[in-house]
Amino acid sequence: MTFASWLALVIAIVVAAEAVRWLRHRALAHEHWRRFFRHPTAAWGCGILTFLVIIAIAAPLVAPLDPVVQPDPVRLQNHPPSLTFLMGTDVFSRDVWSRFAYGARISLGIGALGAFIAVALGSLVGAVAGYYRRWVDGMLMRLVDIGLALPRIFILLMAVALWDRLPFAWLAFVIGLTSWFGTSRLVRAEVLGLREREFVVAARALGARSSRVIFGHVLPNAAAPIIVSAALSVGNVLLLEASLSFLGIGVAPPRPSWGNMIADGALSLYTAPWTTLFAGLAISLVVMSLNAVADGLRDALDPREESS
Amino acid sequence: MMAWLLRRLVASVAIIFAVVTFVFVLIHLAPGEPCFAGGENFTDPEICRLLVRQFGLDQPILVQYWRYLVELVRGNLGYSFALHRPVGDAIADTVPFTLQLAGTALLLDFTLGLGLGIYQALRANRLPDVVLGNVTLFVYSLPTFWLALILLFLFGEKLRLFPVGGASDPILCPTVDSLYCLVDRIWHLVLPAATLGLVGAAGTARFQRAAMLEIAQQDFVRTARAKGLPEPRVVLRHQLRNALLSSITRFGLTFPFLLTGAVLVETIFALPGMGRLTVDAILQRDYAVVTATALIASAMVVTGSLIADILLALADPRIRVHEDAALDIVTA
Repeated sequence: MTFASWLALVIAIVVAAEAVRWLRHRALAHEHWRRFFRHPTAAWGCGILTFLVIIAIAAPLVAPLDPVVQPDPVRLQNHPPSLTFLMGTDVFSRDVWSRFAYGARISLGIGALGAFIAVALGSLVGAVAGYYRRWVDGMLMRLVDIGLALPRIFILLMAVALWDRLPFAWLAFVIGLTSWFGTSRLVRAEVLGLREREFVVAARALGARSSRVIFGHVLPNAAAPIIVSAALSVGNVLLLEASLSFLGIGVAPPRPSWGNMIADGALSLYTAPWTTLFAGLAISLVVMSLNAVADGLRDALDPREESS
Repeated sequence: MMAWLLRRLVASVAIIFAVVTFVFVLIHLAPGEPCFAGGENFTDPEICRLLVRQFGLDQPILVQYWRYLVELVRGNLGYSFALHRPVGDAIADTVPFTLQLAGTALLLDFTLGLGLGIYQALRANRLPDVVLGNVTLFVYSLPTFWLALILLFLFGEKLRLFPVGGASDPILCPTVDSLYCLVDRIWHLVLPAATLGLVGAAGTARFQRAAMLEIAQQDFVRTARAKGLPEPRVVLRHQLRNALLSSITRFGLTFPFLLTGAVLVETIFALPGMGRLTVDAILQRDYAVVTATALIASAMVVTGSLIADILLALADPRIRVHEDAALDIVTA
């Protein structure tokens, strides 16, 4: 760690903490968001996520070394964590902290992109199925049944292995394509209730086109479950990416992703556990934060349910 | 109810059929040749042509598909190029290990998960509940393969309590033929099953707690209390019985998680199960094995949700009266 990277790290922590404090302060004005911050874990979740996102964005500043460079494969192999190597070095003598920071970019990037695709597709299918009902609903929901029965990891393993190494964006795309089934059911259930409401009937009576009713009136009112499932999706996609990378068919090494780092570390688990530890901890923390935030959002966005 | 179950059964078969088709199409869309003439492992082009003819790979895709389906109905899953044996045999050898793993994990998942969830709900918002709530939230978020590695490191390497891999001691107990070997087998299963079971249990606990608390707010629970029933009776007969219904739904949804977990956990603990078979087959482009395992896995998922439906129908009289109730519970 150089002085500059220490400084950047401290600034990142301070900025994350301040951001949460500011959010919390703003939240006091709104009943919804007060409910959100009543979850103690939700505030922590926000903080952790903000911190890791800052690390990902500012990776070149926070990371002292290039993530793929091997400074000294002979003497610096499996160096335990120290002040110079914050998280130690891995079996190839690469700085684990630098890989961690750049890995955040790839892992969080795939998580966000994949979740966006999954949620967009899921919302669209769910809204169309719930709005048109009849045979459209029947067809789409059978498709969803099939999708839910697909053993996702087997299909993903197949797709990824058969098409060789997928580039970054395609990996996110493929994972997103297999992750929307749950969301679509959720949105459909919500839309089924919404389509009978007066404002939808009114919009239709005024002659609005179906697409306008769906995108302008129905979907915005189904925002709550969509946002919650988006938060959960990011975690799911992240976990899937990590699993695939761990099995050696996700993000191509030597590019760092948290899954890759665990896979690298697994080889020297007994001599250098830190190479596995931190990446896995990061994944767990992100997923946990997202779950906590989703819990908070569920309470904040749903006025009917008393928080329990 | 019989009509409903029958319809579910037909739907299950249709879903498996669709999955088979999907997998078949996917494999044939992928680039790559089944037999490389030349390249790294040099094969005589003549032999290549012979092999392609022998396995009918020169036929139109629809013909191949039809043949595949016919063979499938006959119970023939194909022949593995990489393993040099029928796929059915290879799978038959590996499925028991996966089922053992998944079964043990499932048991741990639901005994521990339901217990914790009910306990938390009874102590809602007090210290034990808050502590357990945070613990289950963390465990639920752990990547299974990472937890497997950590358990392996702690209990296998540092404390040396459990073996670090394999399904049994390869020298003393290649087969289960004595009590010692049975214990050895179980001993090998502890860490892998605990990995999957703990993550699952954390999820089940959260789920069950939420279900219990939701039921607790319903009118019939208040009525039960108001008419002076003793508290244990309110909790056990009114709250728990209804909260368990949604756990049955969760039971059906657990199978995909278990199978995904099995792929990773079997790879880490070197268990000769179906997940590991698939990973190996994929790296070797062993089409037949990949299709077959995807098929078996989806059959397991579908069977799981079918079992859950049957249990739900048995447990919930509402479904026996009108079928749509099942949908309400599933989507709730």
